[in-house]
Amino acid sequence: MDCKRKVLNKRMGPAILIFLALLLLPLTAKGESKIIKMATTTSTENSGLLDVLIPEFTRETGIQVKVFAKGTGAALRDGMEGNVDVIFVHAKSREAVFVAQGYGAYRLDVMHNDFVIIGPAADPGKIEGMRDAAGAFRKIAAAKVKFISRGDDSGTHIKEQAIWKASGEALKTEATVIIKKSKKHALSFVYPVGLGKRYISIGQGMGKALTFAEEKQAYTLTDRGTFFKYKYGRKLGLNLEILCEGDPRLFNPYGVIPVSPKKHPHVKFASADRLAKWLVSTQAQALIGQYKIAGRQAFFPDAEPVAE
Amino acid sequence: MTFLTDSFLSAILLIWTLNHDLLVIVGVSLKMSSISTFAAGLLGVPSGFLIAFSEFRGKRLVITLLNTLLALPTVVVGLFVYAFISRRGIFGTYDLLYTQKAIIIGQIILIVPIITTFTISAVSRIDDRYRKAALTLGANLMQTARVIIREARFAIMAAIVMAFGRVIAEVGISMMLGGNAKGFTRTMTTAMALEYDKGEFVLSVALGIVLLCVSFGVNVFCNYFQGRSRL
Repeated sequence: MDCKRKVLNKRMGPAILIFLALLLLPLTAKGESKIIKMATTTSTENSGLLDVLIPEFTRETGIQVKVFAKGTGAALRDGMEGNVDVIFVHAKSREAVFVAQGYGAYRLDVMHNDFVIIGPAADPGKIEGMRDAAGAFRKIAAAKVKFISRGDDSGTHIKEQAIWKASGEALKTEATVIIKKSKKHALSFVYPVGLGKRYISIGQGMGKALTFAEEKQAYTLTDRGTFFKYKYGRKLGLNLEILCEGDPRLFNPYGVIPVSPKKHPHVKFASADRLAKWLVSTQAQALIGQYKIAGRQAFFPDAEPVAE
Repeated sequence: MTFLTDSFLSAILLIWTLNHDLLVIVGVSLKMSSISTFAAGLLGVPSGFLIAFSEFRGKRLVITLLNTLLALPTVVVGLFVYAFISRRGIFGTYDLLYTQKAIIIGQIILIVPIITTFTISAVSRIDDRYRKAALTLGANLMQTARVIIREARFAIMAAIVMAFGRVIAEVGISMMLGGNAKGFTRTMTTAMALEYDKGEFVLSVALGIVLLCVSFGVNVFCNYFQGRSRL
């Protein structure tokens, strides 16, 4: 037994050395240049549009873009802290504040899509064909059906809370008090009380909310692009249908904002600026207009023509 | 620095005011982790014994495989279980996905290898003379096993505490199989991931501090338990 152990130990020495050497390997990789970081929303990323736009931009300018998909709240936060060079989100009022506070250099309208309310094809809540989003939410609350909420402070979640407010359902505000800059600060979110356990707040991205709704045969609010991607862009598409659409309240504009070099001198403003201007160029706008998911237009170019 | 002090003060505030959401989250976390650790212990400790005491062809291969499974990423377990229990999977009709049961199943798979491997090593380290002496003195297999367990109890307990630590700290399985549904499957780690996603770092770190406190409590409890068993 002892003898065996010694042999083992002798063999172990080199093995450990090789193992440690392997651990060091990644450090030898070369540093790269001309890469910018972009924070965007999960709905932009999940829809697949960026997979068309970004490679084209890189081919043309040689600038590579690292994309970080998060909720709008986190994307804005990344911009405020200078973790990224440009943000591409959809919460117009908060974007305006972001620029006004000096974190963003400027904001350009890029495109819009719209939100739709989806649910199981059988439609137990009987909202099919409705235009009025708030009315549809009231019916969902009245019927014994489940509703999935993003619950992650994203643009979609903010929109959902606004529609619940408009619906006139009894709402409850839940606040968690934390300390921020040595002062008490409440984080709150609003949800309809009437649904009780049928209101499921999952705190995850759009794609996850869709699969969650599919699993639970529930209703949810989603942007059209991501929904198409998940329904028609896959072999095993979602078994959910668009049941309510067309309400002006469901309009969803996207904007691009380069992070201001005045707040964060280290950001790669020149490249970010180029990306922002490129997104509103005739060429990129055409790409956005042509982008189709299973033969359906998902985004509508919004940009005012800009002189290049 | 304010960021850290803010987080720390927020953690204290959350605990002090017995924040309702926090209590639910901590409760779910503890419940999931305890059930899965208990079940994995029931599976892992006996299998560890069996593997350690029996001689069979491929024993080394089994041990090597188990050691490999120690590095099992939670995401892989999540994907694997997901494929089985999603609506389109074999067990789709049971409506398991995004429930607490799903988390427990995943976590058991994650930590059975840990408990088994460490039981094997704990038991193998016990001097073989104990076993032989017990057998010579007329002990049957169960009684012999009890002697060995008495000798190996600290190491086995350590394995279980470690397994508990692994499940209470994991995020992949809870997120993929539990779905982070508020009040049902939101655990401390998925709550932290969510607050990070929202950009609320202070709350996220505060939750992290609470998690560490809870783990500390559990370890103090286990220590006390071990100390008593020594008497």
